[in-house]
This record gives sequence, structure tokens and C-alpha cells, in this order.
Amino acid sequence: MGLPNPAIKKGINTLIKFSNVTHFYNDGQENKITSLSEINFEIQKGDFIAIIGANGSGKSTLAKHINGLLLPSQGDVFVENYNTKDPENIWEIRKKIGMVFQNPDNQLVATTVEDDIAFGLENIGMEEEEMKERVDWALNIVDLNELRNSEPHLLSGGQKQKVVIAGALAMHTSYLVLDEPTSMLDPKGRKEVLEITKRLNQEEKITIIYITQFMSEAAEFNKIILLDKGKIILSDYPKAIFKKVDLLIKLSLEIPQITKLARQLSENGLNIPTNILKEEEMMEYLCLYI
Amino acid sequence: MKFSRNITIGQYIYQNSLIHKLDPRVKILTTILVIISLFLIKSWFGFSIIALYLFINIFLSKVHPKFVLKGIKPLIIIIIITLIIHFFTTPGEVIYHIWILNITKEGIQRGLFIAVRLFLLIVATSWLTLTTSPIALTDGIERLLSVLKFIKVPAHEIAMMMTIALRFIPTLMEETEKIIKAQMARGADFESGNLIKRIQNFLPIIIPLFINAFHRADELAIAMEARCYRGGEGRTHYRKLMISIADQIFFITTLFVILIAYLVVL
Repeated sequence: MGLPNPAIKKGINTLIKFSNVTHFYNDGQENKITSLSEINFEIQKGDFIAIIGANGSGKSTLAKHINGLLLPSQGDVFVENYNTKDPENIWEIRKKIGMVFQNPDNQLVATTVEDDIAFGLENIGMEEEEMKERVDWALNIVDLNELRNSEPHLLSGGQKQKVVIAGALAMHTSYLVLDEPTSMLDPKGRKEVLEITKRLNQEEKITIIYITQFMSEAAEFNKIILLDKGKIILSDYPKAIFKKVDLLIKLSLEIPQITKLARQLSENGLNIPTNILKEEEMMEYLCLYI
Repeated sequence: MKFSRNITIGQYIYQNSLIHKLDPRVKILTTILVIISLFLIKSWFGFSIIALYLFINIFLSKVHPKFVLKGIKPLIIIIIITLIIHFFTTPGEVIYHIWILNITKEGIQRGLFIAVRLFLLIVATSWLTLTTSPIALTDGIERLLSVLKFIKVPAHEIAMMMTIALRFIPTLMEETEKIIKAQMARGADFESGNLIKRIQNFLPIIIPLFINAFHRADELAIAMEARCYRGGEGRTHYRKLMISIADQIFFITTLFVILIAYLVVL
């Protein structure tokens, strides 16, 4: 179980697989909490997925399962046929999967931007020359070359998250898991991080798993997985998800303004679909009434 | 209460000089040697040689001497107290008598000698911290300590702790400022009352600060693990250190100067 099989690896497209994953906090104690139950899903190469859910829905727990920071209490997580439960695979998995967490301040380790980007590379024992090349390359992608010698505390929140992303890129990661990367940022930083995530998916072909509470952000993704109380309750395209506005409101998720407007207009008798996600789309429908 | 946002740790001053380009390991070692020599030297001549050597080093580093003097300022009281204690406590030929205290000739000599020693110690260490960036210093210390691995000195761990401390001091300062403002907005008073009262008043700042620091430590540990951190084993360094010819010349010159200062007694 969990042994990499090159023959299989070549042919497969399923790269991350959750199979019947259940996770308990405080397992075996009285205050046992089920934070994930019976999670099943697959992520394919090049996917651009958002995972949404209210506070306490198990989003972050799920994220930490992807690279073995947490291990399933029941079931298995596979990353390119490596099982995260097998201690031999864990570093191989973490090399492939970049993680970006919520608080940008608590992820930067080194005292300058470039040293921080090199942190992961130092950990895997890379030679100095290659390290320099990769740091330069990653700095260029996130467009922070001018700030390479800056100290982290002088950067804005958005810039700090970009440094974290660059640190993951330098590892030549194939996946990027972002766990509410924008929840502590201002609108400008939020936009920057989302844009760079899109660009990485399109240009660098990096598989993105983006965890968020903001429905307006989730609307930008190709696929949305909706979590509630540790269970996947929906997994579909944004359009299909946003049709179920009532459910989203019941789960206390924040709906994009434009979708709210569409819903209200439709309730008031206008013939407008309730799952509009973009302003341009709304314009088109409204123009029909002029 | 306001802390500067652009706080810099240590007192590193960047200059494009020969001294700044030296390998941090060489600089740390020479500073240690100079400190040791200051304790061994018994003559004023020796001190003047070391003083001249330090003066030349500072001149070569292009760092303005006022920064060195700034480093001495906070310690001037300690120097004066040592001076006075030696004046009165050394037995010998009495040259001045006040009440029950005697100032002796030997006391004056000894006091001045110790004061100069302290002064030179501070100058030597300031020279190191003024011309070496905290990152280089940490790297240097790690590499030097790793020589002592066979007696189980955790060189990498010490260096990692220093790096994280350097990284988080500004962050924690900003946070302290935020907490102070938040507590002031709730009516906290930090400026009145006696000393004990004032120290008590700082509890509502220190407790949230500690709790947050532990949260940060938790998150940082997770982030480090996610980035394949597993201790110093098999780790490489982004910044390579190289002993150049200039380093060798500098080191040998220093050794030579120290030997002269120690051995030649006029």
C-alpha cells in the first residue's frame, strides 16, 4: 500500500485522492470531535478547485490532510499513489505540495525575502547554485524582485503571502493548497493573491486547491466543493452551486453581491437566473429589459 | 507610547568596506581573541596596542566613530561604578581620606586599568556588530559552533532560534503596540501609580502578548514542517561562506598584534 508504482503513475490523472477519510480530534477521549467524516473526492491534474464552508466546517483540517500534517483517523489520503500514512513518503509528498496558510506573519521564517524563499530548498539539501537560480525564478514569477532584500515585517500582507507562494514555487511544487490565504488581507492584497493563483494555474500548470469563506472568490474557480460539519454536501461547478442560494445562506456563507441582487430581482418577478456570478452577465440580462 | 515601525535589530550599519566583506566566522573569532587578550594583558602598552588596532579596524570599516560611542553610552554608569569601587577598596598607599573611606594610589591605577579594559571590550564587540549583519552573524555562529558537534552542541538549533528571534522581534513589537492601544482604549492607565502598581498595570499587555506568541509558534512550526523542515541534518545553506585571502591576512595580522600586545612589556 502506498508504494509508488511508476508504471501506474504515468497513466493516471488522479493525483490526490481522499478515500473514506474520517478525522477525530481528541481520539479516544471523552471530548472526541469528528471534524471530517467519510470524505471522498479526487483531484485531477491542473484542477482549479475551491473548497468552501463556514467556520468549523472542517476546511482547514481537510487542507492539513493533503500533505500529511494531519493523518486520517480512518480511511486514506493518496498523493500520486503515495499514502500520507506512510512515514517514508511524507517528505516526498511535502516537496510536491506547497501550503499557504491564513496568517502571513506566522509562515515566514527567515529575516529577508530571499532567505525565506530559500528556506524550503535548504531543508531538502539543495546545492547552492541551483538554489540561487530557483529563488531568482520564483521571485520573478511573483514579481517581487525589487523586494528581495527586504525584511518581512516591512511588507504588506499581500506581499507576504506572495513570498510564501514564491517559497512553495521554488520547490517546484505541483500543487498549491491555500488555506484561507486572503482572510487577513485588505481588498488589494486579496485581489493580488487571487490573481497570482489564477496565473499559476494557467501558466505554470499548477494544481490549485483554494480554501475560502468568500463565495465571491470561490466563484472564480472551475469547481467548488462545499463542506458542512465535516461532510462534503455539494461538489459541482460554480454555476450549479450558486443555484442553491438558499442552502448557501442556511450554511451562513457569504454570497457575492451580484448573486444576491439577481436573486432579489428574480423574486420581484424579473426573469433573471439566480446564479449570476459576474457583473457583465448581469448587464446582459438587464439590457433585455431596456 | 510608540515604537518605531522601521526598527532594526542589532546596530548593523551597511558600508562598502574591506571589513564588511570579511567572513563573519573570521570576525567572530578575532573578536573572541581580542576579548581574551584584554583579560590577559597586564600592561598599559598592551592596551594601547589593542586600542590602536581597534581604531584602525573601525577606520577601515568606514563606520562613523559616533556609532561606537553610542554603544558605550548605556554602559558608562557601570564603568564609573567599577572605577569608584576600585578607588576605595584597593589596599595600598593612601593619598586621600574622606570620612571612613580611603582612596589609594593602587586603587586609582587599578580602577583606571579596569575601566579601560571594559571600554575596549565594548569597542571590540561594537565593531563586530556594527560591521556584521545579523544574518551573517547567525550564519557565522552556526558554522563555528558546528565544529563543536562532537560534544553535542546543537549548533543548528541555536542558529535557527536566533533567526526566528530576529524575524519575530519586529512583529512582536508591532503587536505590543497594538495591545497597548487596545488596552488604553479600554481605559488602562500605564503612567500613574508607584512602581509596583505600574508593573501590575503591564500585566494586561504581557499576558495577551504571551498567548499570541504561543499561537504564532504553533502556526510557524506547522508552516515549517509543511516546508520540509526536519532539523539541521542534511540541510544546505543559501548563503555560502568563503575564507578569502583577505580573511587570512586579517586573521594573521590580528594574531600578530595580540601577541605583541601580550608579550612586549615596556
